[in-house]
Amino acid sequence: MTSLVLLEFDDSGIKQPSRSAVAAAQALGEVHVLVAGAGLSGASAAAAKLPGVMKVLVADAPALDHLLAEPTAALLVALAPAYSHLLAATTAVGKNIMPRVAALLDVQPISDIAGAEDADTFIRPIYAGNGLATVKSSDSKKVITVRAASFDPVAAEGGNAPTENVTVGDLPGLSKFVSAELSKSERPELTAARVVISGGRGMQNGENFKLLDPIADKLGAAVGASRAAVDAGFVPNEFQVGQTGKIVAPDLYVAVGISGAIQHLAGMKDSKVIVAINKDEEAPIFQVADNGLVADLFTALPELAAELERS
Amino acid sequence: MKIIVPVKRVVDYNVKVRVKSDGSGIETAGVKMSMNPFDEIAVEEAVRLKEKGVATEIVAVSMGVPQCAETIRTALAMGADRGILVESDTDLQPLAVAKLLKAIADQEQPGLIILGKQAIDDDMSATGQMLAALLGWSQGTFASKLAIEGGTLTVTREVDGGLETVALTLPSIVTTDLRLNEPRYASLPNIMKARKKPIATMKPADLGVDVTPRLTVIKVTEPPKRKAGQKVGSVAELVSKLKTEAKVI
Repeated sequence: MTSLVLLEFDDSGIKQPSRSAVAAAQALGEVHVLVAGAGLSGASAAAAKLPGVMKVLVADAPALDHLLAEPTAALLVALAPAYSHLLAATTAVGKNIMPRVAALLDVQPISDIAGAEDADTFIRPIYAGNGLATVKSSDSKKVITVRAASFDPVAAEGGNAPTENVTVGDLPGLSKFVSAELSKSERPELTAARVVISGGRGMQNGENFKLLDPIADKLGAAVGASRAAVDAGFVPNEFQVGQTGKIVAPDLYVAVGISGAIQHLAGMKDSKVIVAINKDEEAPIFQVADNGLVADLFTALPELAAELERS
Repeated sequence: MKIIVPVKRVVDYNVKVRVKSDGSGIETAGVKMSMNPFDEIAVEEAVRLKEKGVATEIVAVSMGVPQCAETIRTALAMGADRGILVESDTDLQPLAVAKLLKAIADQEQPGLIILGKQAIDDDMSATGQMLAALLGWSQGTFASKLAIEGGTLTVTREVDGGLETVALTLPSIVTTDLRLNEPRYASLPNIMKARKKPIATMKPADLGVDVTPRLTVIKVTEPPKRKAGQKVGSVAELVSKLKTEAKVI
């Protein structure tokens, strides 16, 4: 039984959610990984270093640049006969591609698994994480996306897997990449950060999110937001933590001016330690917070920045 | 251009859902049901395209128990022209739904199908992509903006690091993200008008689709509850607790 994991990468290597997907696949048996795109020498070298990976498939073709769903799914379908499980992380890329792969293989995908009981049986959150469903697949092949926050990622280095170029056949040309506007930040990615500090509606406007910066700088934290803050236009959508945004499980999650709607809790309640700062002591966020501070965030944040600076 | 908009009947997003005590699923008896919020955004986008003269007809499709007709009526009140209800008491999983929608698309020949990016009940986020695959069409998922010019659909997508724009060959599939639009409330006159709009009813067998579930739900459990911790009196106390007790900073 061998699994194939579709990896995502950037200039700094294989992305952490993909390394979590590799970890999930390792529980199922032998693991091969796939790097696809255009100009892959860096990515294939990084993939070969992942510990426990037996083989790296390299699909280097202009049509695969930006991992558009239509060609990438066709590639995975062509590679599928050799594998029992096809996996990717539950990211914008994984969610876009894997269901397409599944349909082409006549398989019901298993989205966003948080655990694996055996090769056919998986645990996945439903209803914004208010239920955990154990589901058993009767399909002969499994197509899976992996909730990165639920699996400790494999290390970025330590392995030495052989690489193999795959022949890329004709791929559908239904879509073209036009442009990307990616937010540039010196901070860690939300889904990979050890500490996350998020602001909610209580921040009142986008300008006030700057109050989080000195604290994030000091803690090496990523900055997130509740859907309310995103909907109000304070910050862009890629900041959003929650059922319809990103799922995070950092060591420390600091929720500032966030009331704690179920949809937000769905995105962060697996964090190791949760801190809530809110002036409303009845806010539901305090029901999940390990440490709650009832305070006006406009006085608490500068104080917190100063306190961290001092220590 | 004809647009199909699939709409799903789900537990209303304001309802605090409960896991059934026998572990067989989520309690849905006597619970308020509504249209999946992302599907409302899909209907709204289709209606706007019709108002702009891009779309000529909007067909709302729902599947499942007979009460899904109410969900179709909501779409009709928002501005869809007619409905199709596929009645089934089987648990319709995304693969089956995509196959049923493909059979309907084969009959209806739409130029565009707009779906919600995920249903807030099973959180699968799969049907749109699967339908695109079965039809051999392009897909623009998690859309925050779309524009149609000539035979090309330009979709701006919400991706992990920001936004990505792709150009897609029509016919195509779009799945909606939250920022695509703000759905309208149906006016009373439009709700009245919607009652007269036609809904065709059929069964999966009429469409020649086997809807047997591929995933069996073994059990549904409640996630481990976090217990509320302690309140701290000051910022200094908070920092000291994080340092010495939690040891996370």
